[in-house]
Amino acid sequence: MGRFIGKRILGLIPTILGLILLIFLLSRIMPGDSVRLALGPEATQEQIVAMENQLGLHDPLPVQFFNYIKGLFVGDMGLSLRSGRNVWLDIKDTFPATFELSLVSMIISVAVGIPLGIYSAVKNNKISDHIIRIVSLSGIALPRFWLAILLQLIFSYWLGIFPVIGRGNVAVESITGLRLLDSLLTGNFAGFTDSFIHILLPAIALSIATAAQIIRMTRTNMIDQMNKDYVLAAESYGLPENLVYQRYMLKNAFISVLTTVGMQFGSLIGNAFLVEAVFGWPGMAQYAIQGILYKDYNAIIGVTLVIGLFFVLINVIVDLLYGFFDPKIKLDA
Amino acid sequence: MEANVKERKAPGKIRKLLKNKLTLVGLIIVALVVFAAIFADFIAPHPSDVTGSIDFSLMNQLPSSQYIFGTDEAGRDIFSRVLFGARYSLIMGVVVLTVAIGIGVPLGLIAGFWGGKVNSVIMRLTDIFLSIPSIILAMAVAAIMEPSLFNSMVAISFGWWPWFTRLVQAETLKIKNEQFILASEGIGASKWRIAFIEILPNCLSTIIVKASTDIGFVILTGASLGFLGLGAQPPAPEWGTMVAEGRVYLPTMWWQTTFPGLAILVTVLGFNLLGDGLRDFFDVRVD
Repeated sequence: MGRFIGKRILGLIPTILGLILLIFLLSRIMPGDSVRLALGPEATQEQIVAMENQLGLHDPLPVQFFNYIKGLFVGDMGLSLRSGRNVWLDIKDTFPATFELSLVSMIISVAVGIPLGIYSAVKNNKISDHIIRIVSLSGIALPRFWLAILLQLIFSYWLGIFPVIGRGNVAVESITGLRLLDSLLTGNFAGFTDSFIHILLPAIALSIATAAQIIRMTRTNMIDQMNKDYVLAAESYGLPENLVYQRYMLKNAFISVLTTVGMQFGSLIGNAFLVEAVFGWPGMAQYAIQGILYKDYNAIIGVTLVIGLFFVLINVIVDLLYGFFDPKIKLDA
Repeated sequence: MEANVKERKAPGKIRKLLKNKLTLVGLIIVALVVFAAIFADFIAPHPSDVTGSIDFSLMNQLPSSQYIFGTDEAGRDIFSRVLFGARYSLIMGVVVLTVAIGIGVPLGLIAGFWGGKVNSVIMRLTDIFLSIPSIILAMAVAAIMEPSLFNSMVAISFGWWPWFTRLVQAETLKIKNEQFILASEGIGASKWRIAFIEILPNCLSTIIVKASTDIGFVILTGASLGFLGLGAQPPAPEWGTMVAEGRVYLPTMWWQTTFPGLAILVTVLGFNLLGDGLRDFFDVRVD
């Protein structure tokens, strides 16, 4: 197992370096006046040149790239032109909120998607299967930012059940940065309830399309499994239907579903940006959107890089889980 | 005689495709969207409202028989603007996929058929692009450029071609050891000829299915960029941009965000239904 993880991570280095190079080059070759934007219209030419020198923007590109990579090893992602801080510090402050929102959405998606997918497969071609299929197809087509606005409009503005924006008002001592977890760890139940009602609507808005994808994938894979010999054999032994579904088929079907879950995590984080924008969620989206407006290249590169790394990490975890669900897959191979 | 058989076969195939009611619904939706996009000038009740025209006497009207989707803060008819918006979505879908196919398919053919180092280089390159969620890559690229419809299409295409490369490379690997390919090699056909004349046609159904299942997602991504202000700029009646503009007037003027969003949902659903039907019809897996 340890060897597999080591090998997998070594194999990722060229991809990650390539990703950094790609984003870095893009930000450097595109024309822009980020320094002028950051310093404001009053800035003199000398001030702009001085700032550009300080940021190393006049160095040759390979030198700039080398310096950037060197900085990454010591947690230096460059200066954010807008906040005036190291981009890494800004990301460290905002990432937990985005991660918490994505994680809760993924939990909702899996909790809803897998049972409904199984149910739909078991009721193949019956009315309930058709309804679930149409609902899941529509779910995939839902623009998440629009759903977020509709949920906010109905449940926050009109019915007043949920808060309109924000992550919570009750103070929670920060340990991991995930408010739900931190409030539980510190026994702060008022903080937990407050965080929970704040996260619910954004998480639902974010999770519906993902849940829909998981329903479809689970359904397809369960139906594939139904036609396998081992299921027929198990049924002819007289094993109860539910046991066959839960003990045998689900585990086999889950391997493909796991790939979907891994891929969807990336899409969740991407779409979290849109939902965060609607609910004023203080995550990386707010930071990135401000970065976009101010052409704050270091911030844009930093956020893109962190999400890329996170996505890569999720896929490594998915690979490891394959071994758990399918002993035939030898991780050391 | 042979021609007769073919003629009778073709409508039969279409009938088989449309036997699935959901596919038929998808086809009808797509046909309506295409119709709206082409004939918006003639069917929109207020075609002049597409531009930045302002009529304060008509501003913020609730949906009624005269303005079925209501009017916006500048007194423009939202229904007319939604009809014109179909153009932006279709252009987005078609242009992005054309570029993605134009770059991705040849690279996939070359990687799969040439193999060796060429394959390694191309596939590692696609790995880099696929190591990041496509919507994030599109946002990053769009963020670096000036916001416009054209630049948002460039940004989305930038992250979309590797999917086609990966798909076509896998298909090419499957086909390259078939007898007819070995025969072509045997009689001395050039590699380019084999790749583009012999192998490509055999990948077409997979490419078509992939494109048809992707177009809805491209439209969705385009609308998302529009919503973030990274796509078409106001007063262009792009659906995502319209949702973002209408958001300012919530919760009172709910119709300004609701109808453009609904248009995105219905259009993407239509394309997805049609894409699903085509996938079952050709019986290929593209996921």
